[in-house]
Amino acid sequence: MIQIENLFKTYDAKQGGEPHAALKDINITIEDGEIFGIIGQSGAGKSTLVRCINLLERPTSGRIVIDGRDVTDLKGKDLLEYRSQVGMIFQNFSLFQQRTVLQNVMFPLELKKEDKSKARTRAMELLEMVGLGEKASKYPSQLSGGQQQRVAIARALVNNPSIMLCDEATSALDTLTTHSILSLLKSINQEMGVTLVIITHSLTVAELICDKIMVLDQGVTVEQGKTEDIFAHPESDVTRQLLEKRL
Amino acid sequence: MDFLQAFFDQYGLLLAQGTWDTIIMTVVATLGAYVIGIPLGVALVLTNPDGLHPHRVINAVLGWIVNMGRSIPFVILLVVMIPVTRFMMGTALGVAGAMPPLIVAAAPFVARMVEQSIAEVDSGLVEAAQSFGASTWQIVTKVFLFESLPSLIRGFAITFITLFGYTAMAGVVGAGGLGDIAIRYGYQRYQTDVMIATLIILVILIQVVQSSCDFAARKIDKRK
Ligand SMILES: Nc1ncnc2c1ncn2[C@@H]1O[C@H](COP(=O)(O)OP(=O)(O)O)[C@@H](O)[C@H]1O
Ligand SMILES: [Mg+2]
Repeated sequence: MIQIENLFKTYDAKQGGEPHAALKDINITIEDGEIFGIIGQSGAGKSTLVRCINLLERPTSGRIVIDGRDVTDLKGKDLLEYRSQVGMIFQNFSLFQQRTVLQNVMFPLELKKEDKSKARTRAMELLEMVGLGEKASKYPSQLSGGQQQRVAIARALVNNPSIMLCDEATSALDTLTTHSILSLLKSINQEMGVTLVIITHSLTVAELICDKIMVLDQGVTVEQGKTEDIFAHPESDVTRQLLEKRL
Repeated sequence: MDFLQAFFDQYGLLLAQGTWDTIIMTVVATLGAYVIGIPLGVALVLTNPDGLHPHRVINAVLGWIVNMGRSIPFVILLVVMIPVTRFMMGTALGVAGAMPPLIVAAAPFVARMVEQSIAEVDSGLVEAAQSFGASTWQIVTKVFLFESLPSLIRGFAITFITLFGYTAMAGVVGAGGLGDIAIRYGYQRYQTDVMIATLIILVILIQVVQSSCDFAARKIDKRK
């Protein structure tokens, strides 16, 4: 379970500017095995929020509690260990260009200095699972966008995380590829029980995959609840605007 | 043909020795410059305001040292460093005497080039590595340096060739090598043939280095 309590994030002032409050008093509870969507327009604070979950960004105040353990102030080895237990995928895939597909998937295990042959076996398993076993020795530049995102998904899962964070994971992909990636994510959620936190500016994506969503606007939670409820009865103008864009 | 035969009989050994000295000086100086330049370049990247460990003061001091090093003309550095060189190497002359000034001249240059190469690495890759729990050291070695390897090799060619030129200047303090020969025979004794021979050798050496580095960089670069 992921609990986010009274989370604030304020970015320091750039020269001559004001400090920027990117997140204001965010409270979320995400149950194990849920697919949770964070929706909002560009600049709403979605990436900041998800980066606070694996502490790529330090909250200014508030707490992040994972399965009852407060991780907010983790440092050093404990912090790195915690991060390695949370998978993450990105809009632009972020695959290492000078490494093969297999080496990319092995990367998180290499960081932990795991036995090479065990790591290779584990990475191959995951590549098979995302349907790219035969591409193991290719380089990312030789793959399509959808294939690259599949490799990134395999890489994010290689440490057996119970949580996976997806920051605009389908925003760089066409509709057809988006659907295939979303169904892969859904099957990972159902078969491996991985909790998914999905960030998107697209309500179509949210509707297709998320059990619950929260709508974020200018760093503030506008509403949250079951996806179908919010789609049926949007309470805020922000949500209504997002819904209109979809139609 | 007879002319060439006679020329090589007379100067072959000299030119071979000079070529060897030049290569040794350049190789050792380049390696020395990288031993200092890589950590310096990495430190500049890490302490940058947008870096992994921003530190205004350290960054400013390092930047200042590098800029200073780069703005001193090599010929002047060569002379200014004579006491230091003598202290370190026991002599300020010959191949050994040329080493410290060559390294001091090239290290800041290398630092900037390493910094530049690392800056080309997609920041998303750093973020991805961090999300898997990579330490700073792992990010430096496995992301910064590994992902920028093709660019680092291209920079290496530039450094190497620049140092070739510097070794010729080091001939001024009797450093040995092709530059020394060109000055002693070509300039002081008006033996144009010897000078031209040294030039031809330099051009060939530079071509070989540039081509093999280009080849290596292209070969290992896995981007399209
Ligand atoms: N490192 C940073 N420093 C300062 N401001 C930032 C930084 N990262 C994001 N911001 C600001 O915080 C706000 C939220 O950004 P972000 O979380 O990336 O939004 P989203 O992912 O919803 O598009 C934006 O106004 C952005 O400019
Ligand atoms: Mg974003």
